[in-house]
Amino acid sequence: MQVAVIRFPGSNCDRDALHVLGGVVAGSSARFAWHKDTALGACDAVVIPGGFSYGDYLRAGAMAAHSPILGAVKEFAARGGPVLGICNGFQILCEAGLLDGALTRNASLHFECRDVHVLVEGRPTPWTAAIPAGRVLRIPIAHAEGRFVHDDVEALEREGRVLFRYADAAGGITDGANPNGSLRNIAGIANRAGNVVGLMPHPERASEAILGGTDGRALFDSLAAHFAGSPARV
Amino acid sequence: MTAKVYVTLKRGVLDPQGQAVAHALGRLGFAEAKDARIGKYIELTLDGGGSREEVEKRVDKMCRDLLANLVIEEYRFELVD
Repeated sequence: MQVAVIRFPGSNCDRDALHVLGGVVAGSSARFAWHKDTALGACDAVVIPGGFSYGDYLRAGAMAAHSPILGAVKEFAARGGPVLGICNGFQILCEAGLLDGALTRNASLHFECRDVHVLVEGRPTPWTAAIPAGRVLRIPIAHAEGRFVHDDVEALEREGRVLFRYADAAGGITDGANPNGSLRNIAGIANRAGNVVGLMPHPERASEAILGGTDGRALFDSLAAHFAGSPARV
Repeated sequence: MTAKVYVTLKRGVLDPQGQAVAHALGRLGFAEAKDARIGKYIELTLDGGGSREEVEKRVDKMCRDLLANLVIEEYRFELVD
């Protein structure tokens, strides 16, 4: 499988994503796509990494959502192609209308930078189908605008589109485990079709033991399993 | 022509920045400042023709397409010659 990692001025962990999808995950290769490109080229999946695209001008993700490459990402998503937005990537997908809801200033007003636990749930997606529901992943967060809001969260829940929820290490959904005040501890969601996924935690930063954990790799291994046609559990 | 655009958080959306500012004003002795809501002011210099109605339509579209995120924000604007 070939993955395109989108780069904006101000992206970060773009190299981490390229490293994980271009070397760590078996059967995966990866390359960058530049924000000014109008086409993605041949690829099976798209990752929009974290960071501060365009300096977070106006709102986090607002400028990137209107960049030339996003037109190509929208077409790719409309065809059912798997798209993952990580942190700023999640903000960009919301601003672009590919995901619904919005990410707002953390309730704490702090830039939260630490490991958190997230509970995996919801409908199967290419990025999560191979992760057993109820699995708790330990993945770092690093953001100031991650408080998820949505005007019809009941619909989101009913459609099984909440994929990740901030939890304690045992999987308990508590206020104490919520790092930013997100509605119902929501850390990540999918679109209605299930192919577009966004989350605030950084799975690419937790994909090798030498970096302190491998839980994040479950998303990328899930994608690889999706393309290998094997729903093998990761 | 100049468009003065005000973008503010919708009423129901928590504004932790505003809360912190109201709190700080209270500490400074301004107890009457019970709440603060922080927004953005954008001044657009517009070049080009069209009737006032057409300009209004264009600025409204600018707000919807980029300047405001209608999930969490609302906007208003005024045109100044």
